[in-house]
Amino acid sequence: MAEWIDACATDDIDEEDLIRFDHGDRTFAIYRSPNDEFFCTDGLCTHEQVHLEDGLVMDYVIECPKHNGQFDYRTGEAKRAPVCANLGTYPVKVEGDRVFVEI
Amino acid sequence: MSSSKSRMAGIVIIGAGECGIRAAFAARDAGYEGAITVVGDEQTLPYERPPLSKPDASGAVEKPITSPEILSEKAIDLKCGVSATAIVRNAHEVSLSDGGLLAYDRLLLATGARSRTLTCPGGDRAQVLRTIKDANAIYAAAENATKVVIVGAGLIGLELAAELRTRGLHITVVEAGPRPLGRNVPERLATRLAAKHQEEGVSILCGVHIASCTDRGVELEDGRFLQADLVIAAVGVVPNDELARSTGLTVENGIRVDGQLMTDDPLIYAAGDCAAVRTSEGNYRRYETWQNAQAQGEVAGRNLGGGDASFDVPVWFWSDQYDLGLQGVGDTSGNPTVIRVLGDGAEILFFLDDIGALAGAAGLGRGNAVAKDIKIAQRLIGARVDAGLLSDPAHNLKKLLRAA
Repeated sequence: MAEWIDACATDDIDEEDLIRFDHGDRTFAIYRSPNDEFFCTDGLCTHEQVHLEDGLVMDYVIECPKHNGQFDYRTGEAKRAPVCANLGTYPVKVEGDRVFVEI
Repeated sequence: MSSSKSRMAGIVIIGAGECGIRAAFAARDAGYEGAITVVGDEQTLPYERPPLSKPDASGAVEKPITSPEILSEKAIDLKCGVSATAIVRNAHEVSLSDGGLLAYDRLLLATGARSRTLTCPGGDRAQVLRTIKDANAIYAAAENATKVVIVGAGLIGLELAAELRTRGLHITVVEAGPRPLGRNVPERLATRLAAKHQEEGVSILCGVHIASCTDRGVELEDGRFLQADLVIAAVGVVPNDELARSTGLTVENGIRVDGQLMTDDPLIYAAGDCAAVRTSEGNYRRYETWQNAQAQGEVAGRNLGGGDASFDVPVWFWSDQYDLGLQGVGDTSGNPTVIRVLGDGAEILFFLDDIGALAGAAGLGRGNAVAKDIKIAQRLIGARVDAGLLSDPAHNLKKLLRAA
């Protein structure tokens, strides 16, 4: 059952960047947009299960560090080959200086 | 032939690898509504080749590029196990190995390349790596082998060396050139990779030539004999340009095309490993990377569908060996202008041209440590950049991107 988890501080993530967040045996990516919004997706690229943590965030797009597949991290939508399956996304809320994800 | 009939013939793509399939998708995504037929000589669904040098415990990983459902949804007709035997240009037709004829309005040659083989006596004993069949043959042979000789210290040779060494085999890599990875990896990074191989127990011999291959191993021209129960030739590829040549298109180490990937015949395009593309300096260059196959496939696909796209993406590549990840983009020949040293042994080499614009970059580090900076470098190619800021690991390269 999904529950709200205190994942990190807002300052742990640079603007237009992401960090990896591991919880239990699952791994996620938490993003901070150029407009200071926060988002959360699955951590692994749907193409070859490479972790997105070393990927490049440009605007609202995360590019996989290995094979350049791209996703819109707000919706998880696959945007560029070789990826064709979408990423799962998870609700995020900010309380004070903490980021919570519902996973 | 009436024009209405010829319009109905649609697009024909010869070659169902990465490039051909991307081209078919790109034509469809650009709004092309006619028939699209892709002809491929392998029996299986189109698959990715990069994983072939990165097998799992059960052998080569066959990772399809697409599925029958996606092809059907996009109304792309894929003919597997069929090759094109001739192009009849005045009839706008391709003859196929199954006896069929395919009419085209526009034709794409995405015929790829094949592995170069060893020309010495016994050279046909060496396995090559290009197809899923090749990969499975190599990994099956490796099961019963103890000593392996790999001819060629390029990316494929060294990736296989790393993979087979990790399985505990005794590996010797022999290279005719003066250093490993001499063709496309900056010397500083090539030296580090070679050192890693040596540390793992792989011997790399440079400046040596093969005299013959026997069932016991490889004889070198200097008289040495290297015992091996598996010999692999990783000595590059030859473009599959014979079909183009036989129909009178200009071919010289690849099918010559302009910046829109059009051959001398305005109805015929070529893209991917088989294409030699005219550069802005008026030379012709052939690129052999996976990303190039995708990028050129997309350009060709749009143009087949009536577009006017140009190929100008800087070519990018990667290689994984042991725990190290190498990535490069653009022109990384000559000496690096500036080096950006990141933590944990990761570093990025930047190559600036004589007006201070970024020409290329290459990086090596553990895992994907260099990926982000190389991606930013890819977007900075052609822009003037401050060498001092590139060398400062505390300076986020994204700031240069915003300034460029």
